[in-house]
Amino acid sequence: MTSVRWGLRSVALLYLALLLLIPLCAVFWRTFEHGISEPLDAVTSQDGLHAFWLTILCVGIAVPLNTAFGVLTALVLVRQNFRGKALLNAAIDLPFAISPVVIGLALFLVYAPRNSWFGETLAQNGIQVIFSVPGMVLATIFVSLPFVVREVMPVLQEIGTDQEEAAETLGASPWQTFWKVTLPAIRWGLAYGIVLATARALGEFGAVAVVSGHRNGETETLPIFVQRQFDNFSVAGAYAAGLVLAVLALVVLFSLNLLQRRSARATDGEDAEGAPPATTVFVPQPIEKEA
Amino acid sequence: MLARGTATLWISLIVLLPLAAVLSRGFEDGLGHFWDSISAPEAQSAIKLTLISSLIVVAINAVMGTLIAWVLVRDEFPGKRIVNSVIDLPFALPTIVAGLTLLALYGQNSPVGVHLAYTRAAVVAALLFVTLPFVVRAVQPVLLELDREMEEAAASLGAPNHRIFRSIVLPNLTPAIVAGCGLAFARAIGEFGSLVLLTGNIPFNTQVASVYIFGRVETNDLSGAAAVSVFLLAISVGLLFALNLFANWRTRHERV
Repeated sequence: MTSVRWGLRSVALLYLALLLLIPLCAVFWRTFEHGISEPLDAVTSQDGLHAFWLTILCVGIAVPLNTAFGVLTALVLVRQNFRGKALLNAAIDLPFAISPVVIGLALFLVYAPRNSWFGETLAQNGIQVIFSVPGMVLATIFVSLPFVVREVMPVLQEIGTDQEEAAETLGASPWQTFWKVTLPAIRWGLAYGIVLATARALGEFGAVAVVSGHRNGETETLPIFVQRQFDNFSVAGAYAAGLVLAVLALVVLFSLNLLQRRSARATDGEDAEGAPPATTVFVPQPIEKEA
Repeated sequence: MLARGTATLWISLIVLLPLAAVLSRGFEDGLGHFWDSISAPEAQSAIKLTLISSLIVVAINAVMGTLIAWVLVRDEFPGKRIVNSVIDLPFALPTIVAGLTLLALYGQNSPVGVHLAYTRAAVVAALLFVTLPFVVRAVQPVLLELDREMEEAAASLGAPNHRIFRSIVLPNLTPAIVAGCGLAFARAIGEFGSLVLLTGNIPFNTQVASVYIFGRVETNDLSGAAAVSVFLLAISVGLLFALNLFANWRTRHERV
């Protein structure tokens, strides 16, 4: 028994080490292989800083929008019954299932300055979406859309409507009920969803690369900056920018862990069976029909 | 009513409208042209590579994902919590960095002497990296909930380990493994970022479907890009739909 256990453990750990951990450490090593000045110069170059701030801008617009509309959509899907609900629920998962490149192409076909659905009209009014920042923001919103909805929905199902109804009976307005009852109850799930959406938005490459047209440094986020540095044989610069993104990812991973432990502790104190485990994998769940 | 309308409008504007544009462009010049676009030699080779490597990756994930989940649930060892959180790393790490990490270790001048860059093996390695969490995270909660009494009973009746696993544990895990594999496959056939730097994107050799689509957009062949996109969309959306039906079917047939 113990030899089997040891064998399985070794196989699992070896697989993870070869696939994840050792390659990740190799990035640190590659970045500083030839000293610290070259990678540092690349990241603090004008293009590097511009890419960093453009990434922050895209995330800063996409994540708050997805948070607000995500909570609203989750409330609608859990608390209301209407025709087409299953369809709306299924549409939420589409960004998970679709290739980032296809997402980019889709936006291209709607908003490109020529030969598209709305691009020409917008261009006549002086609005450029493709090869420009608005398109990159739209791509970022698209790819990070499902996370908040999918993390908040199970929590809403779990908490039920008793407390909300009590607040309503006591004369609270819908707004008051939302801010004072619903929001505090879903806060951990919401935070988890926001962190996941942020991670995805920070690192999106394919969809943003298609719509940015990578003309020059103007429309470059950090992931695109990594690729261009690499293609220009500035390998140290590519690894340096990659390392910045990897460190951000580790921060995300750490916060997810922290949130999981916090939410577990928060529910332990109450009578609940334990919080529904927050997850990064959204296995399709049937929507519960509520009376 | 207002909330419902706003939510529907948001999803429609952001997600459904652009996807409708892909469908419409894919079939713009008729079915014949659509078929010609996806059966062009370069497109066909890219699609074939994508499907075959995704199938290999899913098969490996089914075995390794289940094994890792088992170790994380049933085994105890120091540092287990850290290993558990490392599983999510491929989701947290930007895809371009995923490619970069594999390149750092298995690229040119590899410090360990393994040269994967610009080979088809690199496609499989990158896809294994980005799809790692799916099966593990799908199986883990099911294994946690699994009642161990049956296994103990079987063991006390003298059943050997492999028999217990095959007849008791595996049948209970199969739905979760299938769901995880389905999601991993949908992810694998669309993967782009982690492959761009690592595979060299050589047509007829290491170029996958998403990279082919990207190339079509760059050369302004949008109909060709849309046709292959529709093909990928059909597979991944069909798969998602099937998994949803499967989940619904299972809840209806549970505890009958």
